[in-house]
Amino acid sequence: MRHFLSTTDLHADDLSDILQLADSFSEVLSRDIPKVPALRGKTVVLAFFEDSTRTRTSFDLAARRLSADVVNFSASSSSTKKGESLRDTIQTIDAMGVDGIVLRHGSSGTPSQIVPWTSAAVVNAGDGWHAHPSQALLDCYTITQHRQRNGQIGRRLDGMRIAICGDVNHSRVARSNVDAFTKLGAEVILVGPQTLMPASLEGWPVTAVSDLDEVIGDLDAIYLLRIQNERLEGPLLPSNREYRRRFGLTAERLVDLKPDAMILHPGPMNRGVELDPEAADDPRAVVTNQVASGVPIRMAILYRCLGLGKFPTPGLQETIDEDPR
Amino acid sequence: MGSVVLKNGEVIDRNGRRSADVVVNVDNGKIVEVGENLSADLDLDAQGCVISTGFVDLHTSLRQPGHEAAETIETGSRAAALGGYTAVVSMPDTTPCTDSAAVVNEVLNWGKSALCEIKPSAAISIGRKGHELSPMAELVDLGVRMFTDAGAGVQNDGLMRRALEYASGIPTPDDKPVVLAQHCEVSALSEGGVMHEGQWSSKLGLAGQPSESEELMVLRDIMLSRLVNARVHFQHLSTAGSVEMVRQAKADGLLVTAEVTTHHFLFTDAACANYGTEFKVQPPLRTAADVAAIKEGLADGTIDVIATDHAPHTPDSKERPFDSAPPGMLGVETAFAIANTELDLPYEKLFDLMSWTPAKIAGLDPIHGGEIGPGAAANLAVIDPNFEWVIKGKELASKANNTPYENKVVTGKIRHTLYRGETVVQDGKATR
Repeated sequence: MRHFLSTTDLHADDLSDILQLADSFSEVLSRDIPKVPALRGKTVVLAFFEDSTRTRTSFDLAARRLSADVVNFSASSSSTKKGESLRDTIQTIDAMGVDGIVLRHGSSGTPSQIVPWTSAAVVNAGDGWHAHPSQALLDCYTITQHRQRNGQIGRRLDGMRIAICGDVNHSRVARSNVDAFTKLGAEVILVGPQTLMPASLEGWPVTAVSDLDEVIGDLDAIYLLRIQNERLEGPLLPSNREYRRRFGLTAERLVDLKPDAMILHPGPMNRGVELDPEAADDPRAVVTNQVASGVPIRMAILYRCLGLGKFPTPGLQETIDEDPR
Repeated sequence: MGSVVLKNGEVIDRNGRRSADVVVNVDNGKIVEVGENLSADLDLDAQGCVISTGFVDLHTSLRQPGHEAAETIETGSRAAALGGYTAVVSMPDTTPCTDSAAVVNEVLNWGKSALCEIKPSAAISIGRKGHELSPMAELVDLGVRMFTDAGAGVQNDGLMRRALEYASGIPTPDDKPVVLAQHCEVSALSEGGVMHEGQWSSKLGLAGQPSESEELMVLRDIMLSRLVNARVHFQHLSTAGSVEMVRQAKADGLLVTAEVTTHHFLFTDAACANYGTEFKVQPPLRTAADVAAIKEGLADGTIDVIATDHAPHTPDSKERPFDSAPPGMLGVETAFAIANTELDLPYEKLFDLMSWTPAKIAGLDPIHGGEIGPGAAANLAVIDPNFEWVIKGKELASKANNTPYENKVVTGKIRHTLYRGETVVQDGKATR
């Protein structure tokens, strides 16, 4: 795997392989010194043209746990503020000799767009409304880990019925998760108002409903998308309150959710909008597990792009006795 | 300077087809004689070629003044001449906007040394902002016959109604009618959209523009044309619904004409699948059903004109992300080749769509798009219809190279172009 741009470039087996690789890295993370020299000597630039806390921190930690050198670059402090084009910025980074560029950008399609402008491996950390493949993988990982604890071993989601609820149209998380969940065998139901659904679902292996109560009792997992505040300024939604009434995972709706169902959210959560505090704190919520899954999944992705790319993973057997830093 | 003879070509104009030589007087820019076995000071080989009146583009952005890094009147006219055009209607989307006598005069002045005739259009509203009318009568006196807010539709229904009424009463010295040309786009529906709204925009995570954002304005302008009995020209129609409305309006006897571009009958929105900004254009590339309807409209006469919507952009601006790159693509140098390759139409029909009718709409006939006979203006395209070539953006004469046809194999190339008797393109190369 040279670049990591979208789950749509990957087969179901590739997705399962990355989940399995993440297991190995989870083991590394449980060591006293949670670090391996797998990417020692490699340099990874985190090029974030859009604000991000968890994705950025998680990629940063993942790269450091693999002993890569990490350079942080953010648009707010960079020459892009001075009007430099994306191409010039990427070529400037490239000229410094880096091995990987982890790109977060507000515009759909930018990761594949920069590929010809750099010799580094490109890792998509979220582009516009298009894709957020590392998030999709960490969500799949979270779900499979959770199922494992309940005795269902495997790297697939066969037989699961998962609802993705909320602002699907403006969500890169939704697009990547629809692809990853269905590839791994789950049935996906999109839930939300028509104003927040893509104009066309032709070719999407999903069903769509606009009534959460119609489906909530049959779900094995409900994935709540964040409602961006700017959606409330336009004609798309009347108010937070109205959204909560139709689509919020309220305390009342929690009763309808199966006892073994999972509640997921990519964060940051709007408590009281897409989910009530009771739902966020419900034992069925795995939101913190999702955050925890981020590091081993992103280690696996970086390793696949920048490491030897082989599996099982040479170098993992080595341990680091002391932090070279 | 003397005379030039186009040898052994097949002349096709509205009087029909005949094998003939065409002798042109270079000094007065007129055709001397059309016949067999003619000679002149200079021979230009037209063996195997079709000789047509030069093409006329109703929709060319030349970027001067204001955006000379992308194109100038000189480079754009050279590209046009290489594409067989002897006249182009320049768009007013310049900086400053072409909405005053000063800018029109400047464009006309630069146009004097161009490789084809530059017929400026001017904005309907000051600054193309849709609030106040431009000084139309003054600009008509300078030679402007087409008004358009190019790149923007006139959003205000009331302003458009008054613009149509006002323009229809302006006398012209040559009795050529003044026409308002509309870029049909209701911005309240298209706002933020960067491609056609549908299957592909949904998949790619890009904001879309529904077909209805175009169709609603087509519908409105048909109604306004009926209301005030004024002429409306529809620019670059892209949807099946628009074509059908124009068909009906014509059946009702309204004074409407319509153009489509080469890219709208070749590509669908699927072309944007890899976020290639060279496929970003306004109106956006639509669906296969729309392409089919456009081709049908071309064949049955609903669509009057093939235009280019030539829109040069610098490489750096097209290297922006898809959602922020400017819309538009090159067109003048490749339009005939695309039409000839993609459309199954006889030459008479192609030349009608690319020369005879646009010349009338632009108020340029019979100097352009007229007959090919003694005394007529020598604005001619000599076309090798079977010449196969590969389109390369870097080889095009425009300053910019934002062609969507990169590496496309096409059939049909301009061998010679004569503008006012001057051989501006000879053997496929610009002479100056």
